[in-house]
Amino acid sequence: MKFAVIVFPGSNCDVDMYHAIKDALGEEVEYVWHSTENLDQYDGILLPGGFSYGDYLRSGAIARFSNVMAEVVKAAQAGKPVLGVCNGFQILLEAGLLPGAMRRNEGLKFICRNVGLKVENNQSMFTSGYELHETVTIPVAHGEGNYYCDAETLAELKRDNRILFTYDGENPNGSLEQIAGITNEQGNVLGMMPHPERAVDSLLGSKDGLKIFQSIVKNWRESHVITA
Amino acid sequence: MHKVKVYITLRESVLDPQGAAVQQSLHSLTYNEVSDVRVGKYIELTIEDTDRDLDQLVKEMCEKLLANTVIESYRYDVEEVITR
Repeated sequence: MKFAVIVFPGSNCDVDMYHAIKDALGEEVEYVWHSTENLDQYDGILLPGGFSYGDYLRSGAIARFSNVMAEVVKAAQAGKPVLGVCNGFQILLEAGLLPGAMRRNEGLKFICRNVGLKVENNQSMFTSGYELHETVTIPVAHGEGNYYCDAETLAELKRDNRILFTYDGENPNGSLEQIAGITNEQGNVLGMMPHPERAVDSLLGSKDGLKIFQSIVKNWRESHVITA
Repeated sequence: MHKVKVYITLRESVLDPQGAAVQQSLHSLTYNEVSDVRVGKYIELTIEDTDRDLDQLVKEMCEKLLANTVIESYRYDVEEVITR
């Protein structure tokens, strides 16, 4: 399986993401600059964290108009797995690939620490490797991760099991219903504030994030079996 | 030429964590009369004369980029700039 790590001016978790795929997961991966106009050769699209365009105006607001985003939309519509982490999640929200928006953290502080996440749905291409309601440890690092959506959207997210992760116990940023990660309607686009790419080896303090990437690959292999 | 002043704030229904912190700070400075604070953005656009409808243009810019209407609302004033 071949992954693309999209690099915007100001991305800073692109190297971690690349490392997670190449060294921890053992799959093919390439950096793809934001001006790229074709993603056809990639099977999975990863939008890393950081501060694209300096977070000017709003996090993700400017990045979402990059050339590559039209291709990300195309990949999402084609059913390819698209994962946006932190700033990547914010870009997916701004692009309208996921519903809702981010506000400043409730405490107004940038938070950077490990948090407990509860797996709310393990029937997705991103979470099939987890147990249902399992608690995993993955770090967050953000100033604007306070998720918001209107009541109607929230009801839809719940009804369709599109909330994959919630913060376990204490709510670190004020997110609506402790939401940490959601998918689109089709289930192939995941946005999450915590950084699974920083939790792929015990040496880093946790390897709980690796299962997200392993789930993506397992699902992809199962749906791309060569039937000769 | 026109100068357009765009004001963007979080929607009424959305809790404003910055506004809440500023309000608390004002209260601690004994300005207890302050019952609500909303922190927003102010953007000034200078727009050259164009055949396109100015209102239409500004609304488009606000909804596409300048404001995120999921959580923010916007309003704007237009001033004509007289150039010699």
